[in-house]
Amino acid sequence: MKYLTTIGLEVHVQLRTQSKMFCGCSSEFGAEPNTHVCPVCLGYPGAMPVMNREAVRKTIITGLMIGSKINEFSKFDRKSYFYPDMPKNYQISQYDKPLCVGGSVDIDVDGGIKRVAVTRIHLEEDVGKNMHFQNTSGVDFNRAGIPLMEIVSEPEISSPEEAFAYLLALKQILLYAGVSDCNLEEGNVRCDVNCSVRQEGQNEFGTKTEIKNLNTFKGVLNALKYEVVRQVETLESGGNICQETRRWDVDTGVTIAMRSKEYAHDYRYFPEPDLVPVVTTREQIEELQSNLPELPRYRRERFVKEYGIPEYDAAVLTADMSVAGYFEQAAKLSSNPKAISNWIMTEMLRLLSEKELDIRTVMITPSALAGLVKLTDDKVINSNSAKEVFAVLFDKGGDPNQIVKEKGLIQVSDSGAIEKFIEQAIADNPKSVADYLSGKEVAAKHILGQVMKLSRGKANPQLVGAILEEKLKVEKQKKNG
Amino acid sequence: MADLKMTSVDKIDVAYVAHLARLFLTDEEIRTFQGQLDHVVAYVKKINELDLKNVEPTSHAVMVQNVFREDVVKPGLSVEQVMSNAPATISDQFQVPKIVE
Ligand SMILES: [Zn+2]
Repeated sequence: MKYLTTIGLEVHVQLRTQSKMFCGCSSEFGAEPNTHVCPVCLGYPGAMPVMNREAVRKTIITGLMIGSKINEFSKFDRKSYFYPDMPKNYQISQYDKPLCVGGSVDIDVDGGIKRVAVTRIHLEEDVGKNMHFQNTSGVDFNRAGIPLMEIVSEPEISSPEEAFAYLLALKQILLYAGVSDCNLEEGNVRCDVNCSVRQEGQNEFGTKTEIKNLNTFKGVLNALKYEVVRQVETLESGGNICQETRRWDVDTGVTIAMRSKEYAHDYRYFPEPDLVPVVTTREQIEELQSNLPELPRYRRERFVKEYGIPEYDAAVLTADMSVAGYFEQAAKLSSNPKAISNWIMTEMLRLLSEKELDIRTVMITPSALAGLVKLTDDKVINSNSAKEVFAVLFDKGGDPNQIVKEKGLIQVSDSGAIEKFIEQAIADNPKSVADYLSGKEVAAKHILGQVMKLSRGKANPQLVGAILEEKLKVEKQKKNG
Repeated sequence: MADLKMTSVDKIDVAYVAHLARLFLTDEEIRTFQGQLDHVVAYVKKINELDLKNVEPTSHAVMVQNVFREDVVKPGLSVEQVMSNAPATISDQFQVPKIVE
């Protein structure tokens, strides 16, 4: 029997702000327990929350990036439940008037594009963090009150791999929008997933389960892979799926039903009386819209069209917004964008990762890279020398023309000089010449290497190749005499 | 997201709501509150006599909107102050019964 899978994702994203959502406590990660707390985020009676303007702005920007409709009237609501990490016994969230409604995220699926619809984006406050000790647990409220954006997808994702692709695409958009650091190690992005299976041909969805609090994308992928198989096997063996909340156990690689919380889903939302509504005017929305960064996908397509680089290059370059920006600056100054792309994709990214550097602070400027490409294209230097110049530029910066002059790397294209090098190489390597004459074509390569060595790498390799071929032809004639 | 249970029914289920709020009521208290709350609901329901088809539900009684603070860090409480309110602490954290998921 063939089964269809239906997946919906709720992605919680910590916004990049200095302070918390409703108070001035720092939202910095990794502080000592309970050092970033105040009467508001500890839920003291009488303490009044005040909305962080930046958090609201960044949520709206996210909505605009994915094509959401921005609610001109939005409000906050109380979501009531009891849990030790919740200081107030309610969480300030948004119920029926979220900041953003609708929108979509495009993902790559089997060489095509699939558009996954987004239901809504709302803003809420994060909860505290539990630490487990031998016989008790401890609660640290530093995280309580940090602005958290919840992005809810429609149940339109049809495989664990699609869910993974959705998360990657979403993360890229959030990074481009500059709304979150998306640092997974610091728990910036956490997912709840809904998953059900049904037999092909059956119209209504199967019973779904929810897997909560997955904090890596790999975790989402693996948990879903496991859960789909578990559900299919349960149905195949005549069992039923229970609507329940499960958790993913990384160590054993299985999902486990959580102790079902009684009435867990009766949150009794009602409007937060301590906060006033958020009203965003058409003008404000248009202003934000006109200053939006380009979507990664559009940028990728534009790079292919505008700079004539292959699809693959464009995907690599746009994976990181700063790398894409660097490429574009250099490409604008060059008549050979493909060469710029090659340098970035090979030497640049390799050196950046080796030396753990950020492209935003590298010594080699985009214009220096463009200059280096021009020196190579104009055959002023050969490709060996170009690598040497790149290394200098990467370490110290500067002007490539200057470096070429200082290091005396200007390519020797004077055939008289090259001929001399060749004659010497032939005289010094009688064995290679003999090998070549006896039919070992590769021996010519060795002689060419010797010529380059004699020229200290500066000879024009194409010219060397051509002249050497002539010379060897002469030697052959001599031999066959 | 579940709808408000009370919106669809005429009567408030006091025992249920008390359980959600972790209130422990005696049967007599439940009967007392049931009677009182039924009165309140009946009173509020008078509003249904009006035609409210085109009226948006009121979420806030005041006309103020957009009260924001700038995203600026301000000092909070010291950890000593915070912990002085905790019934029990462990490693500068609020100690609670072991949480089992
Ligand atoms: Zn605070």
